[in-house]
Amino acid sequence: MLATLIRLVGDFDLAEEALHEAFAAAVERWPRDGLPANPFAWLVSTGRFKAIDVLRRRVRFDASVAELARQLEASVEPISLDDQPLEDDRLRLIFTCCHPALPPDAQVALTMREVCGLTTEEIAHAYLTAPRTVAQRIVRAKAKIRDAGIPYQVPARDELPRRLDAVLHVVYLVFNEGYSASSGTSLTRHDLSAEAIRLGRLLVELLPEAEAVGLLALMLLQESRRAARTTEDGELVLLSDQDRLLWNRELIAEGVALVERALQSQRFGPYSLQAAIAAIHAEAPTAEATDWPQIVGIYDVLVRADRSPVIELNRAAAVAMRDGPAAGVALIDAILARGELADYQFAHSARGELLRRLGRNEEARAAYERALTLTNQETERRFLEGRMRSLGDLREQSDRVASRRERN
Amino acid sequence: MKYLCLIYDEEAKMANMSEADANAFMGEYFAFTEGIKKSGHYVAGEALKPVNTATTVRMRNGKMSTTDGPFAETKEQLGGFYMIEARDLNDALQIASRIPSARHGSIEVRPVEVFN
Repeated sequence: MLATLIRLVGDFDLAEEALHEAFAAAVERWPRDGLPANPFAWLVSTGRFKAIDVLRRRVRFDASVAELARQLEASVEPISLDDQPLEDDRLRLIFTCCHPALPPDAQVALTMREVCGLTTEEIAHAYLTAPRTVAQRIVRAKAKIRDAGIPYQVPARDELPRRLDAVLHVVYLVFNEGYSASSGTSLTRHDLSAEAIRLGRLLVELLPEAEAVGLLALMLLQESRRAARTTEDGELVLLSDQDRLLWNRELIAEGVALVERALQSQRFGPYSLQAAIAAIHAEAPTAEATDWPQIVGIYDVLVRADRSPVIELNRAAAVAMRDGPAAGVALIDAILARGELADYQFAHSARGELLRRLGRNEEARAAYERALTLTNQETERRFLEGRMRSLGDLREQSDRVASRRERN
Repeated sequence: MKYLCLIYDEEAKMANMSEADANAFMGEYFAFTEGIKKSGHYVAGEALKPVNTATTVRMRNGKMSTTDGPFAETKEQLGGFYMIEARDLNDALQIASRIPSARHGSIEVRPVEVFN
């Protein structure tokens, strides 16, 4: 709805203000007059008139706005709201938010805020940064869109591939936000992941580039595990402990087919490779029977293509499955020794997990404690606390064993 | 919207060009300028003499001070500009990317402020 209004009124802040007023009008009128036949059309149409009102109020401050208000008024016509133009508006909005003239950080923040409606807090967590910083990025980005004349449109065909990378990055961040919600009590927020997958499908339709296909495959394959990721009472289940009968075979079949399509194109990149790893997991009957050497091999290629510490961390976890936990700990320690991922909770929780398997309980406890200070997510907190309790029990047992030995 | 395209390039590199290369480069500039005049994007454009001809002026407490050289020493120097009329930033960036110096130097694209 916001996307449509931005197209109609041509200004982010004006559209937001107008939508806010349209909702206020709905709260007042709908209970009195009944629900309109098409609530969406009603809100958009009311929003557009509210935008004109807002502009009129601004007229005495700025003469040029008067002209804009006149133009907007002249352009008021019946709104047709088929699904297609709606999706076009979304796409227009996402390409504007991901414009390369905006700083990369701001592109992500703006899209998550404007297209997906995430809060500044949630964006800050996904970014590993402070909410204040994110808010500033959004304000500055909106100012640049307005002042530098960044158009509200899908780029020309010859510019699309270049502009697509930034969009894919943003879509995947949104998916991750939905897959592992950063704060609050529910681990998964299905609406956000569904939103990201919807955007992914739309992009594949618009521009069937290998990486767009690869990203969609990756999201579908991760989504296929959703039901197995948490217990009925909301506790987190690691990939190795998941009940694979709960995996969604339909999503897996679609994801695997898309991976094959992406890899065949020979122009694949990091998303297609990550999707290939997810496909290997999806097709393995158990964690132990997974083709770990092949997964490590794909991670080797990935690290060369996209040297991100998070990918190195995932590679370390795969190496731990292939060569044993000690090899994994050594790799994670090397990443941390470089000063990277120090504030990334999953680096510490993965390290804790491997140390636990090695029986190095005191070190495992310290690692879990560090992870615990970095999580805002209630389910992850409970998971980590559970892990720490299991260590405590072990320690008591070993203490008892030790004291028995002393007595003997 | 009006945009100012500030052309930054390494003067030393330009000065060391062979005569044939320099002529070819100037030819590209003439062709580019003709092109944007025909398409209606051109508002104004000039090349500047090298930074060693620059003088920076300041008035402080009613006193004028002048110093030799540009306002800021940079690796690439301001060597010229185009003022263009463009539909939006995408249009402006597309034109700026065709300025011959964009291939070795940098073009800073700045929207022009409008006061009422």
